[in-house]
Amino acid sequence: MQIEIILNGNKVTYDVKNDEFLADTLRAHGISSVRKGCNTTCCGLCTIWIDEKPVLSCAALSIRANGKRITTMEGLQKESEEFAQVLVAEGSEQCGFCSPGFIMTVIAMKRELKNPTEEEILHYLTGNLCRCTGYMGQLRAIKKYLGVM
Amino acid sequence: MFTAKEFSQPKTIEEAYHILVSRRNNTVIGGSAFLRMSSKKIGTAIDLSKLELNEIKEQNEYIEIGAYATFRDIETSPLLRNHFNGVLPNAVKNIIGIQFRNIVTVGASVFSKYGFSDFITALLALDTEVELYKAGRMSLEDFLKRPFERDILTRVLIKKNQRQASYQHLRNSISDYPILNVAASNLDNHWILVVGARPQRAQIARKASKALSEHFSFDDLDQIAALAAEELAFGTNERGTANYRQAMCKVLVKRAITEVLQCK
Ligand SMILES: Cc1cc2nc3c(=O)[nH]c(=O)nc-3n(C[C@H](O)[C@H](O)[C@H](O)COP(=O)(O)OP(=O)(O)OC[C@H]3O[C@@H](n4cnc5c(N)ncnc54)[C@H](O)[C@@H]3O)c2cc1C
Ligand code: FES
Ligand code: FES
Repeated sequence: MQIEIILNGNKVTYDVKNDEFLADTLRAHGISSVRKGCNTTCCGLCTIWIDEKPVLSCAALSIRANGKRITTMEGLQKESEEFAQVLVAEGSEQCGFCSPGFIMTVIAMKRELKNPTEEEILHYLTGNLCRCTGYMGQLRAIKKYLGVM
Repeated sequence: MFTAKEFSQPKTIEEAYHILVSRRNNTVIGGSAFLRMSSKKIGTAIDLSKLELNEIKEQNEYIEIGAYATFRDIETSPLLRNHFNGVLPNAVKNIIGIQFRNIVTVGASVFSKYGFSDFITALLALDTEVELYKAGRMSLEDFLKRPFERDILTRVLIKKNQRQASYQHLRNSISDYPILNVAASNLDNHWILVVGARPQRAQIARKASKALSEHFSFDDLDQIAALAAEELAFGTNERGTANYRQAMCKVLVKRAITEVLQCK
């Protein structure tokens, strides 16, 4: 079936299978920030936004995205660069594999929560796993980025 | 991963049901998070998103939750946060992460009667009914006892009353499956104690609920908790042994009752 979506602000049309997931569709069309880690809905690496809400693209059927707005890191370049710089400054990134999903979730949180507490930040990010950092550096960077020291 | 030959977005629930029963491998899809872990060969995947089943509404006597509402909708609903001591948002807020809860649906979670379900345990402690397209409306407790039948769960309805509730769970780590979960609620000294993830599906501890409703003082807390742990069956799986669950049941029951007693 053909789907029409607004991908990062641009209308695109893709042919998709009935059982295809967005992570695969987007990667097949060159959206390389979208990665799969676990492929079992547990790691958060494949996070994208559908109609501004963060969702796991490894579990979102492509066919159901018809008519929706899809946002990936490619569509949030300015914001993700800004946050990435804070991450680097705080020494909170190691291999960087988890970063795309992590950054998509942090920017969604910035838009959704006003002045979040540490507890709210941690809760919002429970779905994003990082196997290197131990999260403390990331938490520091998020607080700095959000101005909630 | 499942495969699907056809994909359909019916415009009416009658049409959806007709497609469901017209072939054995036709399947309703919710958020597809659980289905995607199976290798099911689906004939027609039935998407209910055109049926406006994603709302959480306040009616005169009930709070109505559509089958396509997501767990994130439950978690963030002001209506549900302000009722029953926020027990439903509390029950779902530790399931994986926000991106996951933005996908998974109420209808699939209740219809599937998962033993580990956090949501069912909390719902069962409230005055909850479910509405199925074919089988009609019934209490959640009756629904959980029925054998599986092909049907579509359309709504969950919770009696709007002053019942105060608490949800407690034990996990190896936040976002893992629960090892055990407990919900307690009280309305005018009518208590309901529920234990789930035993690992069997949630069940009301009838004797303990009755004893608690008839007479309660803080000195009885240990006895009530022991009664609940004795009357229910517990099993062993990779997350915990039956003995461990039975012991921890007492702890969670006490915590749940104590929290309810502290509700204004
Ligand atoms: C990795 C993982 C971890 C999880 N951890 C937890 C946990 O810790 N606690 C917890 O409570 N839950 C947990 N769950 C379960 C999750 O919360 C959902 O209950 C589950 O994914 C089903 O929701 P879904 O919308 O994805 O359903 P789907 O995968 O789309 O469907 C599941 C089943 O329900 C049927 N179905 C869907 N909608 C309807 C309907 N309206 N009427 C009738 N049948 C229907 C489908 O045909 C299918 O058989 C976990 C799930 C996964 C995948
Ligand atoms: S790849 Fe989607 S959650 Fe891990
Ligand atoms: S930095 Fe390596 S997984 Fe997060």
